[in-house]
Amino acid sequence: MERKKTTLLSYGVVRGLIGQVIGTVVGLALISLLRLVLGMGWNPEPSWIFAMLVGFFGFLIGIGAFSDWLKAARGQEITPHPHDPEEWTGLRRYLSFSVDHKVIGIQYGVWSLFLLTVGGTFALLFRIELASPGLQMFTSTSATSLLGLTGFATAFSLHGIVMIASMLMGVAAMSNYLMPLMIGAQDMAFPRLNALSFWLAVPAGIILLSSVAFGGFDTGWVGYPPLSTRAPLGVQMFYLGIFLNGFSGILGSINIIVTFLTMRAKGMSLLKTPVFAWTAFSTAIIQFTATQLIGLSFVMAMFQRLFGMGFFDPAKGGDVVLFQHLFWFYSHPVVYVFVLTGLGVISEILPVFARKPLFGYKWVALSSLGIALVGFFVWAHHMFTAGMAPYLRVPFMVSTLLVAVPTGIKFFSWIATLWRGKLVFPTPMLFALGAIVIFLLGGLTGPPAGTVATDLYIHDTYFIVGHFHSTMFGGYIFPFIAAIYYWFPKMTGKMYNERMGKIHFWLMFPAFLLMTLGQMEVGLLGMRRRIADYDAALGIGTQQFAITVAGFLIALSVAVLFYNIYFSARYGQKAVANPWRSRSPEFQLPSPVPLHNYDRPIEVVGNPYDYGLPGSTYVQISAPELAAGD
Amino acid sequence: MKHIVGVALVVIILTMLVGILLNTMGLLPDVASLQGRYIDDLFQVHTWIIAFLFALIIGFMLYSIIVFRRKEGDDSDADHIEGNNKLEVTWTVVPLITVLGVAALGANTLSKVTAMDPQAMEVKVVGQQWAWRFEYPEAGVVSDVLMLPQDQQALLLMESADVIHSFWVPEFRVKQDLVPGITTEVRITPTELGEYTVRCAEVCGLQHTYMLADVKVVPEAEFSNWLASEALVADDPVARGQKVYEQYGCKACHSLDGSQLVGPTFLDAFGHTVTLEDGTTVVADETYLYQSIVDPNSQIVQGFVAAMPQNFSEQLSDEQISDLIAFIKSLSDN
Repeated sequence: MERKKTTLLSYGVVRGLIGQVIGTVVGLALISLLRLVLGMGWNPEPSWIFAMLVGFFGFLIGIGAFSDWLKAARGQEITPHPHDPEEWTGLRRYLSFSVDHKVIGIQYGVWSLFLLTVGGTFALLFRIELASPGLQMFTSTSATSLLGLTGFATAFSLHGIVMIASMLMGVAAMSNYLMPLMIGAQDMAFPRLNALSFWLAVPAGIILLSSVAFGGFDTGWVGYPPLSTRAPLGVQMFYLGIFLNGFSGILGSINIIVTFLTMRAKGMSLLKTPVFAWTAFSTAIIQFTATQLIGLSFVMAMFQRLFGMGFFDPAKGGDVVLFQHLFWFYSHPVVYVFVLTGLGVISEILPVFARKPLFGYKWVALSSLGIALVGFFVWAHHMFTAGMAPYLRVPFMVSTLLVAVPTGIKFFSWIATLWRGKLVFPTPMLFALGAIVIFLLGGLTGPPAGTVATDLYIHDTYFIVGHFHSTMFGGYIFPFIAAIYYWFPKMTGKMYNERMGKIHFWLMFPAFLLMTLGQMEVGLLGMRRRIADYDAALGIGTQQFAITVAGFLIALSVAVLFYNIYFSARYGQKAVANPWRSRSPEFQLPSPVPLHNYDRPIEVVGNPYDYGLPGSTYVQISAPELAAGD
Repeated sequence: MKHIVGVALVVIILTMLVGILLNTMGLLPDVASLQGRYIDDLFQVHTWIIAFLFALIIGFMLYSIIVFRRKEGDDSDADHIEGNNKLEVTWTVVPLITVLGVAALGANTLSKVTAMDPQAMEVKVVGQQWAWRFEYPEAGVVSDVLMLPQDQQALLLMESADVIHSFWVPEFRVKQDLVPGITTEVRITPTELGEYTVRCAEVCGLQHTYMLADVKVVPEAEFSNWLASEALVADDPVARGQKVYEQYGCKACHSLDGSQLVGPTFLDAFGHTVTLEDGTTVVADETYLYQSIVDPNSQIVQGFVAAMPQNFSEQLSDEQISDLIAFIKSLSDN
C-alpha cells in the first residue's frame, strides 16, 4: 500500500471537528426546513438542540468512530483485536481514533487537563468578583448580559460542571492507562468501545461549553427546576452536553469491569490484584449503575422545557423534589468515583516510598467496595432542607455517617503503612501525603454536614464549599497530580523535573489549605453559596480576599505543572525502567511502555506489596531480558 | 514502645490545641433561637471529634515523616509488616460504635430542633423572585418585615410563588427550602431581642444575592401592639398601594428614585410616553398600568426583558391593583 502524505485531514480530531460543524449546520437546516414546511415559525430552542445532537454524531462519523462497525454491517471482515494503522506515528495517533489503551488513557488525561484549565478559569473570574464586597466585575445591570449577574452565575455554574467533567476524564485517564498494565493485559477488553468512550466525550464537552454562547445559565451545576425552566437557552446545552457525556462513563465502565474480571494475568487471584485495580473496578460499578439517573433527570428537565411535559411542574401534577432525588442518586455516588480512584493512587504510592507493605491490603481493597456500596444509600443527605418527607432524614443521616467506617479503614491503614517505614519524599510522595492531609480535612468536616441538625445551619453555605473542595482536592486532584508525576516515566520515557515538581507542591499545598479553611470559616460566619455580593457587616472581607489570592496561587502552581510536563517530555532525562523500585508489573516493563505491553507471558508469583521480604517479586515475565531492557 | 509514647504525646497536645482553637475563635455568629442553642451544642461535640481525629492522623503522620525518614545512604527496605487483623477489626468496630453514637446524638438533637409547641404562632411565609412576604393569618396582617415575639415558638408555613427559595436567618441557625407546589415548615423560638436578616440560601436567579428581608424580635407586648396597628387598614389608597409595592415584591425590580433595576422605575412612570419592544409608543395611563400588572409580557418596555411573574392577577385583588396604580400615580408629576 502506498504511503499517503500526512495532511491536516490525517488527524482524526480535525475531521471530527469539521464533522461536528457540518452536522450542526445540516441539523439546523433540516429542522428549519421541516418547520417551514409544517408552517411553524423559527424557534431557537428545539432547533439548536436538534442541530447540536446531529453535530455530535457528525464528530463521531468524522473521526471514524463508526468505520469498523459500518464495515461489519456491510459484511466485510474486521479483526477482533484491532490495531492502529502503522502510518499513524507521533502526534497523529494521539489525535486520532486510536484503539491503544495507553494512547486513550493519555487522550483522556489531556482532555481532562484542558477542562481543568477551562473550569479553573471560570473560578478565577468569580473569585475576582468575590475578593471584596459589592460588585466589581459583573456590573452590567442588563438581565441577559454575561457582564452582569447572569455572567457571574454562568461562571460558577460552569466552574462546577466543567470541573466534574474534568475529573470524570481524569479518572478514565488513570483507569484506562493503568488497568491493563497492572493486571498484565495487552489492552482493554473492547478496544473500539474504549476509543468511542473517549471520543464521544469531546463533542459532548464542546456542546457543554457552547452554553456560554447561548446566554449561559444561572442554576448552578445542579440545574434544579423550576429555576432551570426559566434559565436562558444555555441550560439546555448544559443538560445535553452532560447527558451525552454520560455515555462515556457508562461505556467506559463496562470495559473496566470486563477487563478487571476476565483479563488478569496467570496467578493473579482477586486478592492479589493491585489495589488501584480494585478501586477502578469499584468506581466502574458506580458509573455503570448510577450515570443513567442523571441522564434521566436531565432529559426529563429538557423535555419539560421543550415539550411542556410537567415532570417537575406542580401545576401539571409534577414534583419539584423528584428531580433532586434522581439527580443526587448519581451525583452523590459520582464523588466516590473521583475519590476512590484517588485513594487507589495513594495506596499504590505510599508503600513504594515507605519501602514497606501496604498495611492490611485486603481491608484496603475491600473497603473500596464498601464505600462504593454504602455510597448508593446516602444521596438524600444533600436534601435535608429540600422539603422531602421528614421521616427520611434520620435514616439518611445514619447511612451517611456509616461512610466514615470504610473511609477510616483507609486512613488508619495508610498511617500504619508509614509507621516504621523508611520514608523518602520525591514529588509523587509529597502529593500523596498532601492528599491525605487535605482529604482528612474534607472527611472530618463531613459529619457536621451529615448530622441533620447541624446541616440545617451549614447547608448551602461556603462551609459546604470548603468541605467538598477538600474532599475533591484530597480525594482526587492531589492524587491525580501524584499519578502524573509517578507514572510520567512510563508514559513518556522521560523523567520529570524534580525541582519544578517540588515548587509545584509547595505552592499548591499551602495555597489550597488557605483557600479551603477560608471557605469553611466564611461559611460558618454566614456566607451563602452562589452569591455575587456579600454583606460587609459579616466581617469576612479579609478572608475572601485571601481565598482569591490562594485561588490564583493554585492556578500558578498548575502552570508550573504544565511547563514541567512540556519541558520534561521534550528535554527531560531518559527514564530507567523502574525509577521507584516498584514491584508493580508496569514497572517491570521498559520506559516508555512498548506498544503491546506484555508480549511475553506474565505470571504472578508473589504479593503486590511485599516490600522488605527478601528475594520475593510480585510478577515474573518469562523473558528476563525484557525487564532489563535498559 | 518509645515511639508509641512519643506519638501519644503529640496526639494529646494536638487535640487540645485544635479543640480549644476551634471552640474559642468565634466560628459562628451569636445564636438567637432555642433551636440554635441545641444545634450549637451538637457543633461543639463535632469540634472535639474533629480535633481528636485530626490530631490522631496528623500526629502519626508528622511523627512518621520526621522520625521514620530514610537515613542517608540506606537503600534497604523497611521491616516486612503486612498488617494486623486485630488492629483492623479494632479500627472498624470502634469507629462503627462511635458513628452510631453520633447518629443517636444527631437524631436526638433533631427531635429537639423540630419539637412542636401546640401554642405556636403561625406565620405564612411566601417567597418569590426576589422578595419575601410574611402573613399573620389570625390578625389579617401582611408585612415585608418578619416580626416575631420573643420566647414564643413561631411556626413558619412556607410557600413559593415561582422557584425554590430557602429561608435562612443565620442567628436562628435552622434553614428550610420553600418549594413550589408544597408547603414546608420550620419552627423558631427567638430568644434574643434584636434585628436580623432573612437571606435566601437557595440559588433562585438573577437577584438571588439580594433576596433579603428584615427580621425583628420584639417583646410580646410590643408585638401585640404592632399587630394591632398593622391590622388597621389605612384609608388612603396611596398608602395601601405602597404596602402592596413593598409586600408583593414589586420593589425588588422597580425603583422609586429613577434608578434602573430589572424593571422600569416607577418614578414619573405615570403619564410618561413609553416605547415598547416592537417600537410602538404608548402613553402610560391607568389602562396601560393595569395591563402591565396582570399581563406583563404583553407590553415589554424597550431595553427590558420578560422577567416579571405572570400571576399577579391571582396574587392581587382588583382593589389592591387599583391601590398600587394610585401609588404609582402619586410618584409622578404628570
